[in-house]
Amino acid sequence: MKFTLGWLKEHLDTTATLKEITDGLTMVGLELEGVEDRAKGLETFVTARVVEAKQHPDADRLRVCTVDPGNGETVELVCGAPNARTGMIGVFAPGGSYIPGIDVTLKPTEIRGVMSNGMLLSEREMGISDEHDGIVDLPANTPIGKAAIDVMGLNDPIIDIAITPNRGDCLGVRGVARDLAAAGLGSLKPLANGPVPGSFESPIKVHLEFEDADNKPCPYFVGRYVKGVTNGESPAWLKERLLAIGLRPISALVDITNLMTFDLNRPLHVFDADKVKGDIRVRLSKPGETMLALNDKEYTLDGEMTAICDDNGPEGLGGVMGGEVSGVTGATVNVFIESAYFDPVRTAMTGRKLNLQSDARYRFERGIDPAFLETGMEIATRLVLDLCGGEPSEVVVAGTNPDPGRSLDFRPDRVKELTGVEVTRDEIQRILAVLGFDISGDGDPWQVKIPTWRSDIVHEACLVEEVIRINGFDSIPATPLPRESSLPKPALSEEQKRRVIARRVLAGRGLTEAVTYSFMGDKEAALFADVPESLVLANPISSELSVMRPTALANLIQAAGRNAARGFANACLFEVGPEYFGDGPDGQRISASGIRMGFTGPKHWSTAPVPVDAYLAKADAVAVLGALGAPVDKLQVFTDVAAYYHPGRAGELRLGPKNTLARFGEINPKVLRALDVKGPVVAFEIYPDAVPYPKSKSAARPLLVLSAFQPIERDFAFVVDIDVEAAKVVQAARGAEKTLISDVRVFDVFEGASLGEGKKSLAITVVLQPTENTLTDEEIEGISQKIVQAVEKVTGGTLRA
Amino acid sequence: MENPDQLRDTIMKDVDAANSVDALEEIRVSVLGKKGRITDMMKGLGRMAPEERKAAGQALNALKDEIAAALDQKKTALADADLDRRLVTEKIDVTLPSAPETQGAVHPISQTIDEITAIFGEMGFTVAEGPDIEDDWHNFTALNIPADHPARQEHDTFYLPGEHGERKVLRTHTSPVQIRTMTATTPPIRIITPGRTYRSDYDATHSPMFHQVEGLVIDKTSHMGHLKGCLIEFCSAFFEVDDLPVRFRPSYFPFTEPSAEVDIGCTREGGEFRIGHGDDWLEILGSGMVNPNVLANCGIDPTVYQGFAFGIGIERLAMLKYGIPDLRTFFESDLRWLRHYGFRSLEVPGMVGGLVR
Repeated sequence: MKFTLGWLKEHLDTTATLKEITDGLTMVGLELEGVEDRAKGLETFVTARVVEAKQHPDADRLRVCTVDPGNGETVELVCGAPNARTGMIGVFAPGGSYIPGIDVTLKPTEIRGVMSNGMLLSEREMGISDEHDGIVDLPANTPIGKAAIDVMGLNDPIIDIAITPNRGDCLGVRGVARDLAAAGLGSLKPLANGPVPGSFESPIKVHLEFEDADNKPCPYFVGRYVKGVTNGESPAWLKERLLAIGLRPISALVDITNLMTFDLNRPLHVFDADKVKGDIRVRLSKPGETMLALNDKEYTLDGEMTAICDDNGPEGLGGVMGGEVSGVTGATVNVFIESAYFDPVRTAMTGRKLNLQSDARYRFERGIDPAFLETGMEIATRLVLDLCGGEPSEVVVAGTNPDPGRSLDFRPDRVKELTGVEVTRDEIQRILAVLGFDISGDGDPWQVKIPTWRSDIVHEACLVEEVIRINGFDSIPATPLPRESSLPKPALSEEQKRRVIARRVLAGRGLTEAVTYSFMGDKEAALFADVPESLVLANPISSELSVMRPTALANLIQAAGRNAARGFANACLFEVGPEYFGDGPDGQRISASGIRMGFTGPKHWSTAPVPVDAYLAKADAVAVLGALGAPVDKLQVFTDVAAYYHPGRAGELRLGPKNTLARFGEINPKVLRALDVKGPVVAFEIYPDAVPYPKSKSAARPLLVLSAFQPIERDFAFVVDIDVEAAKVVQAARGAEKTLISDVRVFDVFEGASLGEGKKSLAITVVLQPTENTLTDEEIEGISQKIVQAVEKVTGGTLRA
Repeated sequence: MENPDQLRDTIMKDVDAANSVDALEEIRVSVLGKKGRITDMMKGLGRMAPEERKAAGQALNALKDEIAAALDQKKTALADADLDRRLVTEKIDVTLPSAPETQGAVHPISQTIDEITAIFGEMGFTVAEGPDIEDDWHNFTALNIPADHPARQEHDTFYLPGEHGERKVLRTHTSPVQIRTMTATTPPIRIITPGRTYRSDYDATHSPMFHQVEGLVIDKTSHMGHLKGCLIEFCSAFFEVDDLPVRFRPSYFPFTEPSAEVDIGCTREGGEFRIGHGDDWLEILGSGMVNPNVLANCGIDPTVYQGFAFGIGIERLAMLKYGIPDLRTFFESDLRWLRHYGFRSLEVPGMVGGLVR
């Protein structure tokens, strides 16, 4: 909200400097957005009379002016403005001045043979507006030799502040002044608000016609008829004030409503009474009714809006905007002034439904002072009489003030308890009193009557806030938060720690962490899962961000594609974040997902890069699971995988048939094609929360039992059917002798014609770890036999000769 | 019997002259072998008188040891010479690059969350979390933001259809986690709630998804002085500026009363932005004493308990601390950006080892 320093001083009697005021505004919660000092750089310009303006001897469009700048020495200059004429008073810039609007420093110049010693300025040249049709033409009675900034009202800085939604009362300059007065920056001047007697009964009456007995949408309406007005231009002071805050002066009547809005937070509407048919009826709109608003747009109403109607239908939308048809014009003679209270919620809803913003709506939806309708009317009437003349009727009142006044219990000790600041009771009383609160009772608690303009004050804490913000937040003592124990407990839960571990393990394995949106395109999501209706955004920002992602992989693959398009292939990306399968509190889970794309690395003289494969992704998954404490050697690999993986090159790592800890594999080329990403891409999805937690909380490890005997290794190669899984062979071998076999490793796999059609050779190393004694050759041979038999039995293969 | 001294000299000369392991072996066999010269002499001892035998035996044994040692020494010398010759031929070009290893990185958002957690963890806060998809009650109503409140409109909420006509929202802040914590536990409460948040806004300074961390302290005595102490400590720890100027200004949030916005000191002198002492302020977070209505909504008696809450934008903190100019780039997954602004896996922030390397 904008106002000028001078305007503020109409309400605030103060000797405070601009800086004290602007700092004070921020510190009471009316945050300063900016100060515009329009006078800056214009100090040297003075008012001057054009003693004589005559035609330039050598140029049709130029005039040679003799100018009296009031210091007794006339100056001759050349001026091209069409309105330069003898006797006028303009703004003179002496030689050597800087002209901000054209970025020029004046030097004596010869223009077509005539010396020019200075300049008469247009508003644009002064840098105060875009006006450049002619030079500034001041009223004939303007004294000369005075600073132009004073004469033109520019020596009044514009202050812009942000108003929080609770402080509707500060949407008028008077409310701002009241806060500053409370903060000790002056005192609030009394408001001239005596009643203006009416001389006749208003021919227009007001009827509140709601089904609801309290007339909640518009419970209180004050009107007044003024006959015989002249709606001309506003006086300069009013126009200057409106221009300073960015409003365009229209006509005296319109300007008065704007002044009332910004000065006293009392929006008004003025009807051209001769265009109002019958009485004013305030009611809910009827579905389909239309109204042409003052902004020249036609609105179609539903059945829930507050309509100000005459016999022709809606002439205004309560609290939002008046109608064009009954609006005032330069020809208006009789007016009907409306000062009403409209329900904040309905006003907001109406404005939102019609997408119609206005200064009135902005104020009504934040709640205006319901006790200020009649006083506001008196002040407005006086302004109309002063500026437009006319004769007022008696005031018409319909309904009553919906808020007869509220009180709160207030324990002054709560200030100290909630803020830590000791504010004396006297000071608390002073602050509340200046803000308009009325304290009664000298016991504890106090009875505090809330000012009618402070609908935001609803409980004791609000009063504490009033006291402390005026007393100053700087007075709050920075107090260390007491520790509950000298050493803090871990901040992270077990689940949260796992995410940190997963992230750091993956980053340590050469993958780069990305953070991608939780939403993604619906078409892309469909490649990965059927996204339920409940996870489709009702108001997405774009179709690329329209559903909650079923997996982070989709975003990562697309990100890798974008990087490849920029010339960075071989992306290795991961994300530890949510994926969604339902809209309830348990409808999301954390996954650590990642992809590797293209080749294992750049071309290199010793290590030839190879295309990424499923085993790389498997290694990532196993490494993370291991770091999370999963029993990696007990994991089983299942090959029934989601369709977005390659059907023959992917697996799931499970503990038991149901508990999936991770998935890995090549991404299905069909998916890559649909995403327009060049493969191969391998991926993993790890679910840290699926890893079982250790049953014991103890950090102690099991006792380490070391064998005194060397382990020995024996190699076996089996010829098996090509579709026999290595895990089967390993498992069979391992099971052949449970106590002595400590490890089984696959060290060779090959297929070849020599093995026969549909066969492969699978070679394993079995590690035997004796615990009791060194194994004899016979014992070793016996175990070897068992291993061979077990593998042959399970796989149907044979030991390779 | 040969003169042992003469024999010794002869053999030593032979050993010295030997130029291969094979030649050394020949010498060994000829001297110490079954038919070797010293072996023969040992056999001759038996024919000696006992006193003579003892002295001669000792001398022969000493000679035998000496020769064996000389043979070993020469053998090692020969092997070393062989090795030296071979090593010369094994030279490689050590200026060639090693096999490439890809350097991974941790995203600055994760790193910043870890830093924030380290600082608040030190002050006794624990991390609480909740779902991204929320209902109106947890996201708005319980926080004292009624349906028609202007503040609710300013949230630019994303909606999901929900079931049975009850639409869901993508949480617009992590405050619902505060609500969930307060409804599920009893005070004292001291939590921070980092997480993803969503608002339907996209331009140079807004992203439809961003991250927030909120804090909540509820007990019987914590007041605004504690809020101030806690946040000043956080700000100076996070930005690693010892006497960072911090300013609290009155503001408004529906869920706190009194409410404060917090600014930190900064300077923009010479076009360079720097946090710390200066002539300017930068808004960094919102905070306040928890509104009694919010406590009551969560089943906590506001006549007994009180406390404070605050909320900070994580990307904003990261941008300020690490000089990242554009919010939107956080989510673009551009490898060049991720590597430039990311962190090494072992740069784990902590209050012992420091927040940043």
